[in-house]
Amino acid sequence: MAYSDKVMDHFSNPRNVGSLDKNSSNVGTGIVGAPECGDVMKLQIEVDDDGQIVDAKFKTFGCGSAIAASSLATEWLKGKDLDHATELKNTEIASELSLPPVKIHCSVLAEDAIKAAIQDWKRKNGK
Amino acid sequence: MALKLPIYFDHNATTPVDRRVFEAMTPYLTEHFGNAASRNHPFGWKAEAAVEHARRQIADLLGAMPKDIVLTSGATESDNLAIKGVAEMYRDKGNHIITCVSEHKAVLDPCKRLGEAGFDVTWLTPDEFGRVTPEQVAGAITDRTILISIMAANNEVGTINPIAAIGRIARDRGVFFHTDATQAAGKIPINVEEMCIDLLSMSAHKIYGPKGVGALYVRRRNPRVRLRCQMDGGGHERGMRSGTLNVPGIVGLGEACRIAGAEMSDETARLTVLRDRLHEGISASLEFVTLNGHPAERLAGTLNLSFAYVEGEALMMKMKDIAVSSGSACTSASLEPSYVLRSMGVSDELAHSSIRFSLGRGTTIEEVDYAIAQVTKAVTELRELSPLYELAMEKNDSAAAT
Ligand SMILES: Cc1ncc(COP(=O)(O)O)c(C=O)c1O
Repeated sequence: MAYSDKVMDHFSNPRNVGSLDKNSSNVGTGIVGAPECGDVMKLQIEVDDDGQIVDAKFKTFGCGSAIAASSLATEWLKGKDLDHATELKNTEIASELSLPPVKIHCSVLAEDAIKAAIQDWKRKNGK
Repeated sequence: MALKLPIYFDHNATTPVDRRVFEAMTPYLTEHFGNAASRNHPFGWKAEAAVEHARRQIADLLGAMPKDIVLTSGATESDNLAIKGVAEMYRDKGNHIITCVSEHKAVLDPCKRLGEAGFDVTWLTPDEFGRVTPEQVAGAITDRTILISIMAANNEVGTINPIAAIGRIARDRGVFFHTDATQAAGKIPINVEEMCIDLLSMSAHKIYGPKGVGALYVRRRNPRVRLRCQMDGGGHERGMRSGTLNVPGIVGLGEACRIAGAEMSDETARLTVLRDRLHEGISASLEFVTLNGHPAERLAGTLNLSFAYVEGEALMMKMKDIAVSSGSACTSASLEPSYVLRSMGVSDELAHSSIRFSLGRGTTIEEVDYAIAQVTKAVTELRELSPLYELAMEKNDSAAAT
């Protein structure tokens, strides 16, 4: 299978790889997927007092498209406020990366990871 | 010598046609284009003589008689003809077939089809190394058993089965024994007499011959195996496989068999050294690498490894100068990882992390050393990206702290 240039770009130069302090109250962590299924994404956001995402990091176990989808997600999340971040759709990720049908689940997983990270931050901050 | 990239480490998938094979074939595409079934002119005689010469070369590799060789379009057809052909011919005698879940689809699917048609199929599970034991086979035989089909060597992990012992049991119990030797023929010594093999499938393109041509060995005496043909037509190949013979392809298969037989012991020794160098080189520079397959009873060119915490398709993408294959689900449409690895008890997680390196006639020591460096770099980079690796390291640290 041939990969799109954007997948190759994110895969070869993944943005925002790393981890934030998961115990910090302004960090939200989302871990989705399962090793048995071949995909696990960890996506983290750091949110300031105004509800803006000031940093985002990821680590992904999965195929090239899964890595690219999570890398793109962190890029898009940075600078967004939480309300806009919540609206990010897997279809936007899939179309930006030109994912073929068998790889759509990678973009779904990225959306799930975003949602889980936001949820975690909200839980921590009583929202 | 400069390294030519990308490097081909996927010889179990297919091989390039050997120069010598190519040269043997070409006259039969152009000058000697006759139909081997044309009995009345020299064009036909020339083609027929070439086919009979090839038939002998194939038979010689297997310790068989030339007349026992039925020429086909490849191992998939040979497997289908052997399994369905026996089942349909001997249905009155019994309806039970024994095979193994880690066989190639070309064996599994015909058996499944027969299962739907009312046959009773026993699916043996291999051990952790991918082996079927003679005891397992013996324990599954009933008085309704008409066929045992167990592969000689597995395509994904390279594990070699105890074919001679299984053949002995089949012979003693009066059951026909078929072996899919697509990965084994030409790579390990095979003798249909000594190993009590009644039917054997093979394919040219795995042994430096052309694609789309193969053979089925069918025993003609002690005991005689009869097959219900699967391709009706002009009655070629003693009625077992109709269709005008692929003369250049068959000439290629014959020459490929000759070369494989002549060079087998040297090539096996050479490939074993290279494969073990690759394995040791990788293991020396990376942690959490496990071997899939039998440590010793394994094809010389096959090395199937799982790299924990890294997904196979991503790893292949990183190692873009090395052509390998993976048991990861991401490489298939099914989203399920390799059924062969699963049948051996490898966890789904490690099956997703598996890579098969298959070395061959063109593989050099420089290529192996290059691959060691590439694999190490790619796995290290992907582990930096892996939340599972991070988690494992944290656990490790906290265990060390207590
Ligand atoms: C063990 C085994 N059996 C059968 C086949 C099918 O061979 P062919 O491509 O000649 O149909 C293969 C090749 O993929 C194989 O490895």
